[in-house]
Amino acid sequence: MADAQRHFALAGRSASESVVTVMPTGPAWRVSLRARPDAVAGLSKALGLTLPERPKTSAEAKSRAALWLGPDEWYLLDEANDPLDDLSGEKALHSAVDISHRNVGIRVEGPGAEACLSAGCPQNLSLKAFPVGAASRTILGKSEIVLWRTGPQAFRAECWRSFSIYVMDFLEEAALDAGA
Amino acid sequence: MLLIRCPYCEEERPETEFRHAGEAHIARPADWSTVTDADFEAFFFLRANPKGVAYERWRHIHGCARFFNAARDTVSDKFIVTYKAGEKKPVVGSGK
Repeated sequence: MADAQRHFALAGRSASESVVTVMPTGPAWRVSLRARPDAVAGLSKALGLTLPERPKTSAEAKSRAALWLGPDEWYLLDEANDPLDDLSGEKALHSAVDISHRNVGIRVEGPGAEACLSAGCPQNLSLKAFPVGAASRTILGKSEIVLWRTGPQAFRAECWRSFSIYVMDFLEEAALDAGA
Repeated sequence: MLLIRCPYCEEERPETEFRHAGEAHIARPADWSTVTDADFEAFFFLRANPKGVAYERWRHIHGCARFFNAARDTVSDKFIVTYKAGEKKPVVGSGK
């Protein structure tokens, strides 16, 4: 029997319209981090970045990013190193759960990226209300996503793996409309 | 679409990110062994359902995921004020 092979949820999928490109990201380490305020300083030191404490913000250092999801909840993303390696020695009370395979990332980039996402996301995504670096858990169509603005015309959406086909279909369709 | 201010996200967010979670400020009995059937009925089943200002729990489930409380006018559907869970019940007008 052939060896078992890992199959990426959105293998081979991508959509490129005139004003927007929708493309799955590569694999990444993802960690759901929860901690009380008194543990934040120690965790920040261990992770090598300052965990953001303001709503709708994020922090980046090297390959790692921490997105604020709630008052005691962060979404860690890292495409090069496992954040759990750095957290293993942390003594302060916290919960860090590896969710690398639970979620799938999709990049939405181009002059029409905002219009493309606005097809299903009810939040105000203008640069003024959702500046570069802003991050939030929100809705896209019928699915929950974590949305992170990585540039003036670039977003990264993270959704559950089982929802990824729906989200990709939705964004492909929206990309067509954004270009029209 | 309604915009609801989340006291944790500190801004107005679209209503589809939220979920209603029943009446607010219903205290759980401290000592279950002394609760009579009538008290339990009142605690568990009976809700005010007022016409006018209602105090409700809401959850920003597709956002910061936090529960918070809101005073809402059930006639106009207007949110008068939202405040963090655990904070004192504010006295508000009719919201009109």
